[in-house]
Amino acid sequence: MKYTEDHEWLRIEGDLVVVGITEHAAEALGDVVFVELPEPGTQVARGDEVCVIESVKAASDILAPVDGEIVAVNEALGDTPGLVNEDPLGKAWFFKMKLADLTVLDGFMDEAAYKDLIG
Amino acid sequence: MADLLRTGLYDLHLRLGAKMVPFAGYEMPVQYPMGVLKEHLHTRAAAGLFDVSHMGQVILRAASGRAVDAALALEALVPVDLAGLAEGRQRYAMFTNAAGGILDDLMVANRGDHLFVVVNAACKGADIAHLRAHLALEVAEITDRALLALQGPAAEAALARLVPGVVAMRFMDVAVFGWGGAELWVSRSGYTGEDGFEVSVPDAQAVAFAEALLAMPEVAPIGLGARDSLRLEAGLCLYGHDIDTTTSPVEASLSWAIQKARRAGGVRAGGFPGAARILRELAEGPTRRRVGLLPEGRAPMREGVEIYAASEGGAPIGVISSGGFGPSINAPMAMACLPAGLAEGTTVYGDVRGKRLPARIAPLPFQPTTFKR
Repeated sequence: MKYTEDHEWLRIEGDLVVVGITEHAAEALGDVVFVELPEPGTQVARGDEVCVIESVKAASDILAPVDGEIVAVNEALGDTPGLVNEDPLGKAWFFKMKLADLTVLDGFMDEAAYKDLIG
Repeated sequence: MADLLRTGLYDLHLRLGAKMVPFAGYEMPVQYPMGVLKEHLHTRAAAGLFDVSHMGQVILRAASGRAVDAALALEALVPVDLAGLAEGRQRYAMFTNAAGGILDDLMVANRGDHLFVVVNAACKGADIAHLRAHLALEVAEITDRALLALQGPAAEAALARLVPGVVAMRFMDVAVFGWGGAELWVSRSGYTGEDGFEVSVPDAQAVAFAEALLAMPEVAPIGLGARDSLRLEAGLCLYGHDIDTTTSPVEASLSWAIQKARRAGGVRAGGFPGAARILRELAEGPTRRRVGLLPEGRAPMREGVEIYAASEGGAPIGVISSGGFGPSINAPMAMACLPAGLAEGTTVYGDVRGKRLPARIAPLPFQPTTFKR
């Protein structure tokens, strides 16, 4: 598992990357009540706003961690946005991306580095 | 959080694991470990305890020593029938300005020989100055008492274990009870749409009183986050958001708070700041008014979202003044001041992140109230 400075986790699954948010991020957001997902097939560039998460407190964006194509989204979050709080590292994955080159993931933090970041 | 004030329950909030935020000059609990959503649902299912000690508590006394004289004097600043407020009863009111806008909203109780007034934290300094500048009354700010709200269907049973007499109170009654050597000033009212109480308790006993309630299984501490979603589901205004110096009480759909005695033809018609505009709007109808909005779908429409009449083109017809997600109605909800001609059921469109999403004009409250009348 790799981590971004935007509190997203990235998990390699075959030739795809699965993206979600960390427990730390879910805790900070508070109870999530709405998730807007991108369309599968969308080409995105690193830093693009690809999802909107609304909690009881505020709206936040999920940014594309790398360049690539969104190939699948987790439709369950539309009906059950609370999964983001219940199981942020598991059932609450947001989308899967296809990358031209998986080695770009080497530049992201590992778990130890991420834990240092959040203190 | 330098320069922020703390209530007498500050240490208790920290012990309870609260997340503290700045609010109206105070460091206040926005949520406890339970979280906003569960705190909200707990209040509607059982009982929630809120620290609202940041609000202003003020006593108004007339030289005569009679509450009715203080009430008649205060009527010069509010469009509300206060002389008709019986001893032991409380009423909602608002200070208006010369343009008919709202300076603050408040609760006024008749306690026999004086009035007891509760005002918003952010406005209390200005309110007290306003009272002193315009009224020949003794205006005493109470600074040695906490204010706690206990709200929800189990509030009566919980509070009655400490103060049995509260079971005889009806909605908007006020009464004084003893507890542990303290004098409690109790009103059966609140800001959640639920049955419940607000209790003014001396600082010296406030923590013990709060702990006695929190020791009961049905009582949980509730932060400002759930306080806001509860009041919005109940269709209640938040000063500085849904009402301010530009909105009149009529526009704010608060005409119910202006009794017959203060309206045209009433025994004490007018005689409050902005009466010309407010009485005209009562007679002719306002050009805009505060309404409820139920967005279709799940995306919340928050404060500041512009509302349009159509899905494309045109200028905004209003702006959302409060909006969020209603845990009990399990749907997004909002309020906005919109042109008065729009009927309930009309679809309007909120601009959310550049997309116009439909919302239906809906009656308030969103969640039925459960007051014990």
